[in-house]
Order: sequence, then structure tokens, then C-alpha cells
Amino acid sequence: MDLSKYRHPELVSNIVDKLARWKEPVKFMEVCGSHTMAIGQWGLRKLLPDSIKLISGPGCPVCVTPSCVIDALFSLEGVTIATFGDLLHVPGSRGTLADARANGLDVRLVYSSLEALELSKERETIFVGIGFETTIPGIAQTIQIAKKENLSGFSVLPIFKTIPPALDALLSSEEVDIDGLILPGHVSVIIGWKVYSFIPRKYGTSCVVAGFEPLDIMVAIERLINQIETNSPRVDNEYTRVVTPDGNLKAQEFMQQVLQPTDTYWRGLGLIPNSGLKIRDEYARFDAAKKYDITLDFGKNEDNINCRCADVLKGKLTPPQCPLFKTECHPHNPLGPCMVSSEGSCAAYYKYET
Amino acid sequence: MCIAIPGKLIKKEEDKGIVDLGGITKEISLAFIPQAVENDWILIHTGFGLEIISETEAQNTIEILQEAYHSDPIQK
Repeated sequence: MDLSKYRHPELVSNIVDKLARWKEPVKFMEVCGSHTMAIGQWGLRKLLPDSIKLISGPGCPVCVTPSCVIDALFSLEGVTIATFGDLLHVPGSRGTLADARANGLDVRLVYSSLEALELSKERETIFVGIGFETTIPGIAQTIQIAKKENLSGFSVLPIFKTIPPALDALLSSEEVDIDGLILPGHVSVIIGWKVYSFIPRKYGTSCVVAGFEPLDIMVAIERLINQIETNSPRVDNEYTRVVTPDGNLKAQEFMQQVLQPTDTYWRGLGLIPNSGLKIRDEYARFDAAKKYDITLDFGKNEDNINCRCADVLKGKLTPPQCPLFKTECHPHNPLGPCMVSSEGSCAAYYKYET
Repeated sequence: MCIAIPGKLIKKEEDKGIVDLGGITKEISLAFIPQAVENDWILIHTGFGLEIISETEAQNTIEILQEAYHSDPIQK
């Protein structure tokens, strides 16, 4: 499939020309870390008129995972920890999982939860279940396979987070002032776009679900401006090639069968009711928190005292406004979670915007 | 972390498939898209096919945009 048309300079340039009409200051949040990366990679921020500011949101699972998760993994012995690569360099209070691996903890990087399942056939394996709705259905299906095949060596530490409750919490905060949301494309593949309808209704905030090519993002910005211009906040779907009104019902079914909503803690945003998913009782033997009696001490002294990741995650600050940015905190020595993940706002700014 | 990439389904066996990712082949789960058939373009994330990419929608979007933003048809 040729998606190069979505990178076509003339079309992008025509949208840029059209956006130049807009003079009133507006702030749009790109919720998803992959959008933050794409905006940086394609230099889109610089193409916009001064009146349109893009700020990064909380849509990077690694960035919003509390450091107590890393601390809890440190204390596990005699078990293999399988994780996605991004989590390896997240600092906990005792160091990173990379440090722990150097000191003998058996930490394996995997591309898929299915690889962790294979590992569990040879050794007791905990898969660190981090992710949003894009990633969660696959992990849920893996748990179902483990049950069906009676793979008792497999378990998942559930750190799942769901986007709509987080957006609700973010927009209800008086600290946050956002005129429009560029909604996450791949989360929306699973949950659909109708689920966001409460946002324009409750907050009057304009929304567009967008893909990740430069044209996708520029069209989303133009549509947000159009909604504001016509005073008609709603949810538009720009990413029609994969996002439908109701999402992927089959994937949702896997999630619902294995997991159920629970309150969870977001780094920077705090405890958000029903924004997490826990493993249902029928699958309890695959819940690593229960199997290994892991307690997560949420909210405890998360960051370096000068780290402003919490404000960056709420869109209150841009990364260069943090006193640690590019001085003490950089990709080789990340002090805060937004610098750790390649999709974190600080890492994206460091790589593309400075 | 929510990056997903397109790949072409070149072989399907029950709920598993082999996708071509620009020359590299990879086995994926088709549990969420059992309706996928060989030669479909699939959006892939962490070893799972998330959705079939609609070529019609992809093309329609471009045509609508060309009309809306007065661009000549893109040749490539």
C-alpha cells in the first residue's frame, strides 16, 4: 500500500497556507506520544502560525507508569521478567531494569506478549503488562491462551491504562487549558471514535482522531480550527482508513473477557477512577501481583524534586521550560519519564526541536 | 509505544498469519481480524493484527483532500 501520498509536500503546503488565516491563540494537545514523535520528526510545529500551539499530552504509557512498578520488579528473584524495550531504562528509586539486569536479574526484552508466553514454557516468566488500548487486547488474548494451554509459568503484572477516563480527568482539571485534542489514532482503532463524544458535549472541546503521517496531522489541525471557527465542537475522524465509529469489537471482547475496570495511578495526573484494567478473578492465577504478592506503592516520591514531567504531561509546560531539560536530564541520563521513552515529550523535543 | 505498522498478509492459517513488512516476514496473530484474507494490508502492533487497512478509504481521503485544498492529482 502506497501511503507516500500522505507525505505529499504540495498538499501539506496548501493546508499550511490555509492555516495562516488563523490569528486567535489556540492550544491543541496531541494526546499520543507517537503523534509527538511524528510532529517532531516532520517538523510540523514550525509550519504552524504562531497562533496555533501544539502541546504534548499523557499518551505515552512508559511516561505515565509510576516508578514504584520498577521498584517492585527489583525485588523479584528466581523469575524471568519479560518487558517491552522502552521500560528498560525507566529509573526507579533503585535504578533501572537495565541496571538490575547488569546485577543479575533475568530481564528479557520481547516484541510481543506472545514471546513472553513462549519463554514461560521454559522458565517462570512475568510479563510487564504496560500499555493503552492499542496494546492491551493482545496481552488479554495471551492470558487466554495461557489459560487454555494451562501454562502455569506465565503471569502478567497489570499496569494497563485506558485513555478516555484520563482525558476526562485532564479536561476537568482547572490547571489545564486546551482548545482542541488530536486524539490517538491507534488507541482509536480498538475503541472507535464514538467513545470520545462526551468530550465536546461535557467540555466543549473540539476533537479529531488522526493518523500519523504529516498530512493526517495537518488535516487534523485544520479540522480543529474549522470546528472552533464554526463554533461546532465535535469528534471528527480523519483516520478513516483504520478507525471506525465503534472500533474493533473482537479486540474489545478479548479485553472484556479477561480484564475489568479499576482505579489506577498515572504519573503526573494522580489517581484516576476506572482508568485502569485489572485481571478478572477467573484468570487470577495469571495475575503476577497476586501470584508473587507484589504491592505497588503508588504516589510515593515519584520524581526528582526539580523534574517537571508532571506539568509536561498535563500540557502546562513545554519540555524546554523544565530546568533540568538538556542540562542534567537528557536521553543518556534521563531523570524523568518523559525523557526515558523515545515517545516521551522531552525525548522528542530533545531529538527534533532543539 | 502505540506505534503500529502496515504489512501485507501473504499467508493465513486459522488465526495466525504471515505478513510481509517491506521484505521482512513476521508471524502475527489474526485473532482480532478473523475476516482478513491474503493480500489484505494489515495494521500490526506487538505481534497482533489490529485492523485491516481500507485501501478505498485511504484513496478517498486523498481525493477529498485534493479537492478541498485545490491540489493537482498526485501522480505517485
